[in-house]
Amino acid sequence: MSNLFSSSIGKKLIMSVTGLFLVLFLLLHLSINLLLIFSEEAFNEASHFMATNPVIYVMQYILAAGFIIHITWASMLTLQNRAARPVKYSNNDPAENSTWSSRNMYVLGSLILIFLFIHIFNFFYKIKFSEVENDYELVTGTFRIWYFSLIYILGFVFLGLHLNHAFHSAFQTIGWSNKIWMKRLKIIGTIYAIVISIGFAIIPLFFLIPELF
Amino acid sequence: MNITLKIWRQKNAKAKGQFVEYPLSDVSPEMSFLEMLDALNNKLVKEGTDPVAFDNDCREGICGMCSLYINGRAHGQETRTTTCELHMRVFKDGETISIEPWRSKAFPVVKDLIVDRNAFDKIIQAGGFISVNTGSASDSNSIPVSKAKADDAFDSASCIGCGACVATCKNSSAMLFVSAKVSQLANFPQGQVEAAKRAKNMVAKMDELGFGNCTNTGACEVECPKGISIKNIAKLNREYLSAKLSD
Ligand code: HEM
Ligand code: SF4
Ligand code: FES
Repeated sequence: MSNLFSSSIGKKLIMSVTGLFLVLFLLLHLSINLLLIFSEEAFNEASHFMATNPVIYVMQYILAAGFIIHITWASMLTLQNRAARPVKYSNNDPAENSTWSSRNMYVLGSLILIFLFIHIFNFFYKIKFSEVENDYELVTGTFRIWYFSLIYILGFVFLGLHLNHAFHSAFQTIGWSNKIWMKRLKIIGTIYAIVISIGFAIIPLFFLIPELF
Repeated sequence: MNITLKIWRQKNAKAKGQFVEYPLSDVSPEMSFLEMLDALNNKLVKEGTDPVAFDNDCREGICGMCSLYINGRAHGQETRTTTCELHMRVFKDGETISIEPWRSKAFPVVKDLIVDRNAFDKIIQAGGFISVNTGSASDSNSIPVSKAKADDAFDSASCIGCGACVATCKNSSAMLFVSAKVSQLANFPQGQVEAAKRAKNMVAKMDELGFGNCTNTGACEVECPKGISIKNIAKLNREYLSAKLSD
């Protein structure tokens, strides 16, 4: 056990487990957000529940830790990986053997991180530290501003690309894959990535589109 | 056909290398890639220039020595093909072909296109074998191995240690190579005895030698001339993690 987490596979295990935890979190987050479309009351209730329930209170620290660990280890691994090829190829054609997102996970992750800061400031920070009467009004009011909606939609595109590679990759890392399951996991991962990115993107669009006409 | 070659020239491990362009005429489309390089070297020797150093041995796709990055691809653009099995007919007349050595911290350039792949030998020495008491050969059927496992082991065993997986991986990871050997031996009852130790030692050696961390891009299995599947990497991860967790 001692040096498991200093080995390459151990570090990747940390990426995979934190990543899968975030994958589950996104599903929960999306289901609550979709309430926005259906009912102001239900959303406010769910939002209030999330803000006051003690289990959720603990969970938000675990979630923050999940993000911080995922990002720290991602940076560490990416730096090591860059160092493993000090002289680059002058002619390289990686598009022939791998997907763009698989090669740009750190770039996509960093873009997601920028989005995350904006997102936390917009909602979480305001709800926590200033007097917000109505969470529903705050969220829908933000989405009616076109550039905020655009930032959110772009964020979901980056997230979708990240997830499309991340899902099957996480299972491969923990060893839960083989020739047949790799194919299945790729399909499930793509469906998951589409559900998450489109599912989240519908919400700002739902409030923005009526504003435009 | 007439072609232009853009080749990486580097006097020795310490020297700073650069690309040099060589025009070459009268190349037959039937020539193998290495025969074409022989023709270039004949010409260079006649002109009194230092010939281009490149590795090769069997020239029939089994030794894994011919390690060239051709037009941005390990072993060139053909799939399941080593550089020595690549033929000039896949190139166009008048084409400029770039040739670089494998680029990886763990595979330092020795001269021109030759890299030192000793790191692979060190990984094998760390556990890529089965310890047996030699003596008279035992009856081959005394230890039963299922057909499925035997086939699987044979597929993994077809790795020739060429290093294309490392060369092509954006992280210079050696996981495909290591996983091929670990899964091959884990498929046999004889290999299972040392399976946990083998996975731990080979991975520790791989990490120590400066290879990068796998991010499952899958580039290695596309470029591997022997079609080694990344299912082996999943198996290595399983073997390694269960070995570590039961320590
Ligand atoms: C909600 C947000 C996120 C989710 C759900 C998520 C999920 C995942 C998952 C499941 C993996 C696959 C792990 C594996 O291959 O074993 C992964 C990989 C990765 N993530 Fe994220 N991630 C998120 C945000 C981020 C952020 C903010 C960054 C960094 C700045 C980041 C950087 C990376 C990198 C570089 C990898 C590839 C590392 C590797 O395969 O070793 N991710 N992510
Ligand atoms: S796994 Fe394939 S690419 Fe890697 S060393 Fe073996 S034969 Fe070469
Ligand atoms: S020279 Fe032996 S594999 Fe190419």
